[in-house]
Amino acid sequence: MNQIGSSALFPRREFLKAGGALIVGFSSAGAVGDALFAQAAAAARGAAAGPPDPKQIDTWLAVHSDNTATVYVGYVELGQGSTTSLLQISAEELDLDMSQVSTVRLDTNLTPNQGGTYSSSSIARGSPAIRTAAAEARQALLQMAAQKLGAPIERLVVSKGVVTVGGMGGESSSVTYGELVGDKPFNLAFTGSAPVKPVSDYKLVGTRPLRNDIPEKVSGEYIYLQHLRLPGMLHARVVRPRGQTAYGSGAKVASLDESSIAHIPNARVVRKGDFVGVVAEREWDAVRAARDLKITWDIPPVLPTSEGVYDAMRAEKTGDRVVLQRGDVDAAVSGAAHLASGHYHGPYQAHAPFGPNGALADVKSDSALVICSTQDVYATRNTLAGILGLKPQQVRVQYYEGSGTYGHSCYDDVAQAAAIISQLAGKPVRLQFMRWDEHGWDLYGPAHVGELRAAADANGKIIAYQYDGWHHNWSAVETSAQLALGTPAAEWRDGAAQMVNPSDCGGMYDISNVRLVNHHVPGMNYLRGAWLRSPLDLSFSFASEQTIDDLARQAKMDAYEFRRRNITNEHWMGVLDAVAKASKWSDTPRPPASKLSSAKIVTGRGIGLGTHLTSYGGAVVEIEVNKETGKVRIRRMYGAIDAGLAVNPAFIENQISGQLVQTASRMLLEEVTFSKTNVTSLDWNTYPILRFEECPEVFPMVVQRLDQKSTGAGEEVMAAAAGATACAFYDATGVHITEFPLTPKRVLAALSRA
Amino acid sequence: MTGEIKIRVNEQMHSIAADPDTPLLYVLMNDLQLQGPRFGCGLAQCGSCSVLLNGAEIRSCVTPVSAVVGKSVTTLEGLPAWYARQRKLANVPVLHPVQQALIDEQAVQCGYCFNGMIIQAADLLSKTPQPTEAQIRSAMNGHLCRCGSYPRVIKAIQRASHAMKTAMDGAPEVILAQETQAREVAP
Repeated sequence: MNQIGSSALFPRREFLKAGGALIVGFSSAGAVGDALFAQAAAAARGAAAGPPDPKQIDTWLAVHSDNTATVYVGYVELGQGSTTSLLQISAEELDLDMSQVSTVRLDTNLTPNQGGTYSSSSIARGSPAIRTAAAEARQALLQMAAQKLGAPIERLVVSKGVVTVGGMGGESSSVTYGELVGDKPFNLAFTGSAPVKPVSDYKLVGTRPLRNDIPEKVSGEYIYLQHLRLPGMLHARVVRPRGQTAYGSGAKVASLDESSIAHIPNARVVRKGDFVGVVAEREWDAVRAARDLKITWDIPPVLPTSEGVYDAMRAEKTGDRVVLQRGDVDAAVSGAAHLASGHYHGPYQAHAPFGPNGALADVKSDSALVICSTQDVYATRNTLAGILGLKPQQVRVQYYEGSGTYGHSCYDDVAQAAAIISQLAGKPVRLQFMRWDEHGWDLYGPAHVGELRAAADANGKIIAYQYDGWHHNWSAVETSAQLALGTPAAEWRDGAAQMVNPSDCGGMYDISNVRLVNHHVPGMNYLRGAWLRSPLDLSFSFASEQTIDDLARQAKMDAYEFRRRNITNEHWMGVLDAVAKASKWSDTPRPPASKLSSAKIVTGRGIGLGTHLTSYGGAVVEIEVNKETGKVRIRRMYGAIDAGLAVNPAFIENQISGQLVQTASRMLLEEVTFSKTNVTSLDWNTYPILRFEECPEVFPMVVQRLDQKSTGAGEEVMAAAAGATACAFYDATGVHITEFPLTPKRVLAALSRA
Repeated sequence: MTGEIKIRVNEQMHSIAADPDTPLLYVLMNDLQLQGPRFGCGLAQCGSCSVLLNGAEIRSCVTPVSAVVGKSVTTLEGLPAWYARQRKLANVPVLHPVQQALIDEQAVQCGYCFNGMIIQAADLLSKTPQPTEAQIRSAMNGHLCRCGSYPRVIKAIQRASHAMKTAMDGAPEVILAQETQAREVAP
């Protein structure tokens, strides 16, 4: 590199020690630099491999001499604001204000192991430990203050970390947290016995402090994973078939001509088994080497194709499990006044993070540092250790935020690939997946087939509900491990998130006779699968809420009134009423389907309920259908969530807003396409997502319940909105749509069949 | 072949040893160590890598570095200074008005796309200071966001436009305080 101008805008390169390797971040002066140095100070604390002992207060927080606190959180920030929310909780219990608390990025040498950041659980599962640790630290601080000030604890009051004796003024009667412990460890066992604040005393929880990451994200100073560099590193790219091949059947290198990249300076091939990568000193040389390398692959033509996938799944010998059995569906159906049934399809959909995943790795014979965007640093560490032939304690994994991933995208795959390449190259490397790697080798949200029947009596009460669902499970082995080591493909064991979900499938309604059956399709020779935001729920609700609407129509009842008649749970009723009221549902009754407009462009609205594993989501969606072109536009979306105590309602509104827009995208546009050999949707043209011009107006609402436990809020409105979208389509056209996304081709086919 | 290329970025001249075909993005990220433009697709489809070239938005991931010789590149880092020159302001603000508006609207989720959003919005507002909502949607349509931040980005651009107009009318450039629209529903 020749003389780099010493631009006044970029005076600083930040160097810091972490895990024996020097991380280089670069930023303009200011907050990020300070944050990096804070991170460096924290690194000194984490000299040994974690996880730190969860039974020690020091594992969870440190109080500094400047009267601030660092809180160690085991959940990653993904742009949802949960880090700020957890700091709100900590500051609340410690009686600090928001400017006095901060946190550090996840690091297996530094942060506690709270499990993965999955299932919108950062607050639900993360906050109890953090809340009680903060309360216990406050109690210890008050004991120290009582001794120092010579006053009983009961007389002490705390504000912003300053402890004073109630009723007295003056210097002598106050002391700060910083003066009491000032960067020294507490050395206290964490018993969980300190009382937490009663809701009535909350000053911060339930309010709307701003997110602490937004200013730097807007100024450009925020350091994403993609910005990191390691000294002496090489740039790396993976070389794979364009578009993934069948899970379990793999792709074999048939021929590889290393001389084909001889013209690119300092570029070379690294290979282990069928894992192929290239490294070069300059990034563009690595990109060109991956592009120009002559390689051919043997790929078995065993995929069912995106058109044939539903029939293939339905024809498989499945592992069947009754998820819920209550009463007798057959008996109830036989005498019912109203009966609805249907057969529905949901496609594979991609995480498609806006910035493809990347990772840095420095693998040595007895240690490894891997920096990536995993949602579970400890699980990633264990898998990497196995792949590298190291002990878990020899591997350090650090988290840096990449772009929004919304589930298990390629973050583990890219981390494994970077580690394998570093080990092969004998150098630190930075691996950036290309767009086609990320789109093409994702672990997609699985395709789904749902078959339903439901019945209502003459009074409009739902009396029977049966849902049979077919899909495969999450894939347990990443592509890099499969290609490099030949690790056999395997699937996760069935868990609640991978099965027909009782909360979406009729669970919001009071139904005496219910049967839910999960038909587990063996995942070999399908695409890789994993959780994608609100996994499978969009498919469930798409099918289920259309069926409920069908019963409502037969009972000659309004869709909202019909749902009200069949709900007693106050949470479901709360979100249903919230969206109905906001959308003025009852003020504008709709004509029955028999009197629909014959215009070219018709409008409709739908109401729906749904969730993921916890919380309660409701939605109203207003759409427009062009019957000549088949083009569907979503005009307005109303979404409400009841997630118990909303620690920061503003963040949840932003989450709902994102969920609604993403649902519009997934319902109208998104589907992974594939041939018998490969995935063919490899970029934003072949896998389009919603854009500005089609973006609906959104109206997010939070049902605040201060006295209840916090539950998930990152995905639960999506299912409701998916169901409402499908119902809106029928409302506009009088036609069921049995498969999404609602592309013009599918819509025209549905209209012509009707 | 690799030679020395001189380019102007954020009003500074830089001498770069790179193959002339190297996409500008890689030079900005690696040689100049800038954080604004970032990799998203390498195909000019998403807007992640956007920069201003002589004041107009381009995709740096498909623009060879040799194509910007003799022109002026502005990245996110240089945007406030670019804005100050455009508006003949005595002082360079910390942020471009649209950046401040994005903070005020709390528009960001993961934020990775915001480089491109900000660059494109700055381009729009420099040419169409008072855009209609339709003009905003149309101008921004080539920028994707996986998190679904579009509605708040639209509001932020409207807010920035308003703030800039207020400044034009002679009043100091004031950014409105964040509206706290309490949408909480009593259970």
